[in-house]
Amino acid sequence: QEAAKYEKKVMVLDFVTPTPLGNSWGLGGTCVNVGCIPKKLMHQAALLGQALQDSRKFGWQFSEEVKHSWMTMTESVQNYIGSLNWGYRVALREKKVTYENAYGEFVGPHTIKATNKRGVEKLYTAERFLIATGERPRYLGIPGDKEYCISSDDLFSLPYCPGKTLVVGASYVALECAGFLAGLGLDVTVMVRSILLRGFDQDIANKIGEYMEEHGISFIREFVPIKIEQIEEGTPGRLRVTAKSTKENQIIEGEYNTVLLAIGRDACTRNIGLDKVGVKINEKTGKIPVNDEEQTNVPYIYAIGDILQDKLELTPVAIQAGRLLVQRLYAGATRKCDYVNVPTTVFTPLEYGACGYSEEAAVEKFGEENIEVYHSHFWPLEWTVPSRDNNKCYAKIICNIQDNERVIGFHVLGPNAGEVTQGFAAAIKCGLTKEQLDSTIGIHPVCAEV
Amino acid sequence: LLNRRVKYFNMKGSFSDPYTVRGLTKAGKETVVTAENIVIATGGRPKYPTHIAGALEYGITSDDLFWLKESPGKTLTPFVLNVSLECAGFLTGIGLDTTVMMRSIPLRGFDQQMASLVTEHMESYGTKFLKRCFPTKVEKLESNRLQVTWKNTELGTEETDSFDTVMWAVGRAPDTETLNLKTVGVKTNSETGKIIVDASEATSVPHIYAIGDITEGRPELTPTAIAAGKLLARRLFGQSSELMDYDNVPTTVFTPLEYGCVGLSEEAAVECYGSDNIEVYHAYYKPLEFTVAERDATQCYVKMVCLRESEQRILGLHFIGPNAGEVIQGFALGIKCGATYPQLMKTIGIHPTCAEEITKLHITKRSGLDATVTGC
Repeated sequence: QEAAKYEKKVMVLDFVTPTPLGNSWGLGGTCVNVGCIPKKLMHQAALLGQALQDSRKFGWQFSEEVKHSWMTMTESVQNYIGSLNWGYRVALREKKVTYENAYGEFVGPHTIKATNKRGVEKLYTAERFLIATGERPRYLGIPGDKEYCISSDDLFSLPYCPGKTLVVGASYVALECAGFLAGLGLDVTVMVRSILLRGFDQDIANKIGEYMEEHGISFIREFVPIKIEQIEEGTPGRLRVTAKSTKENQIIEGEYNTVLLAIGRDACTRNIGLDKVGVKINEKTGKIPVNDEEQTNVPYIYAIGDILQDKLELTPVAIQAGRLLVQRLYAGATRKCDYVNVPTTVFTPLEYGACGYSEEAAVEKFGEENIEVYHSHFWPLEWTVPSRDNNKCYAKIICNIQDNERVIGFHVLGPNAGEVTQGFAAAIKCGLTKEQLDSTIGIHPVCAEV
Repeated sequence: LLNRRVKYFNMKGSFSDPYTVRGLTKAGKETVVTAENIVIATGGRPKYPTHIAGALEYGITSDDLFWLKESPGKTLTPFVLNVSLECAGFLTGIGLDTTVMMRSIPLRGFDQQMASLVTEHMESYGTKFLKRCFPTKVEKLESNRLQVTWKNTELGTEETDSFDTVMWAVGRAPDTETLNLKTVGVKTNSETGKIIVDASEATSVPHIYAIGDITEGRPELTPTAIAAGKLLARRLFGQSSELMDYDNVPTTVFTPLEYGCVGLSEEAAVECYGSDNIEVYHAYYKPLEFTVAERDATQCYVKMVCLRESEQRILGLHFIGPNAGEVIQGFALGIKCGATYPQLMKTIGIHPTCAEEITKLHITKRSGLDATVTGC
């Protein structure tokens, strides 16, 4: 859309290869269809369930037990996603961007082949190309995984309630999904190979895990599944999961209605003909290395988003990078995407917002004696009346002593963590120091004032 | 207080001389205390519009509302400070028939565009508004309900209606009468009754200080009072020289659709710099949580007032939406660091949140373009 603003002739090729279970979706990419949007909506559904419980203490009276309908929720969520898909189609049309629902692959210099659902092929040439093919969930490579397991690609449109669920993985995807499924009243177990939320501040990651455990989610630590078998067909059916310990020779078995795999995502770069045009990719990870202007080793081919090597897998980063790239190419701008201090939020039952260094990373980079960590537990006012979870919420900032106690890491664990973190990220971008933080007055009573 | 060995007296204090305070307990027992330094932080109490017949006898204030043992029922809140709007908001929200009466504008002192959006939202959610009206008398009916008579200045008519509760929110006044300030020479503002202080919180008597709502010209906010008090103590005893910075204090009005802000209102910025020298970026957005729940997001709005010259320093930020306080807090820090529009635009948004809309602001009022933005 940005390029079309500068009167360039633009085409978008978007195609979703169906999941092993046959699921597919419309225009908009991962975020809209099987990522941020449905995730946050289902997380909200779970939070509302909790709010209903709290409401009694605030005076709301209702006698019936409140139950949750998976079908009603999924239908509403899918309807909203559908409206977004439609919105994109309209926006592209209005901006005169040609859209083809076809699978694109390079076949030669400046040439791409587009194959649609029915197998019809067309060839297109262009001056420049932008690859933003994203990633898809990884499978375990064990018997029964593709036949019987689902992934996040399937979960948000599942036409039946998943029931008793085993979530395999400890990524934020795994924990967020486990979190809202449990919040909706389902029996959830998480199977973790080693640590939670690799790459995130581990002190906080453990607090998140603890909170989830205290709230009814079981964790099986240091095990990996080795076999998935179907006991009974159905919607949902019944599955038997066999798992092996990563430490000793122990084998365990468990029965679940649904097994959700969330062990990572792989870049969609292997089957799009990159070899035909000489674009180098990291053979191990499939990711594409680019320079700080998002250019691949082939000058007329650019890449953005989750497929980039050593960059963050976040929607707003991809969008920002894409827009700025186009502005540099066609509007004479020079601004590059700033990948430093990008804030993020994990929407687990206890939300976690972060910006900058984790404590471990700060210690590694600057040395323990050169950083100061200020921290505090807090109790959101809204949780006092229903007597919920005293002393679970937590905030910490990490400061660089040698640089005027500049804030280099911000972490908050509590409700609305995303809303809280956003402004702090802006402040960090302005070079916030501890002194400036101290001299800023808090808004009272909110969580962010802590 | 016990842990820190601070002596606490539950007594009403008043000055007998510049270094002596006389305290009276509820039972009338007297204690006399002398001190080297004295800090007055007695705050304010809600005012009653005593010129309106029946106001004192039949009306309540926020001091009473939060302790009422029975539901207030059908309630009228005349005059429109943030207290009355917030109370009217939650009373409506819990299912009570609530009316707000305002003589002229809502939320005086706040950005007026934002104030209208706040009240518009309340109206669409069921709070009744009687605009351009002011009450003239309150009488008690046989049923124990209250009959309120008011003048409608627009139509020039007089109207009445009956309510279960009338809650006055006409402002708060300091309780300086009983402190005996005149005796010791502490100067107050003759109009407001508030104590005049300098930048170091000192009154006209050098060793007597004042902080909080009772001081003239300061924001009536808890966190500022706390911060001022702490800094004062550090200056007096801790060899610090840091003064309290009252600029860019963020605040939030907890109306049904919350309004958080920091810095200058648009009007104040225009007055200060001239409309040619400021740029206002704005957007109407829709919180994700409102979509599936099919809630009306018409008044969900954010605007940023910046200087127009090259650096584009941010003068004021205004946000209406859920969790406004949480959203604004971090940005208040940014503004304290002298944040500029380009710096904010370099900050990547967290998705999906409402706060990210602030980092995406790009439509100016000057352009005249439709400011409705889509989320994803």
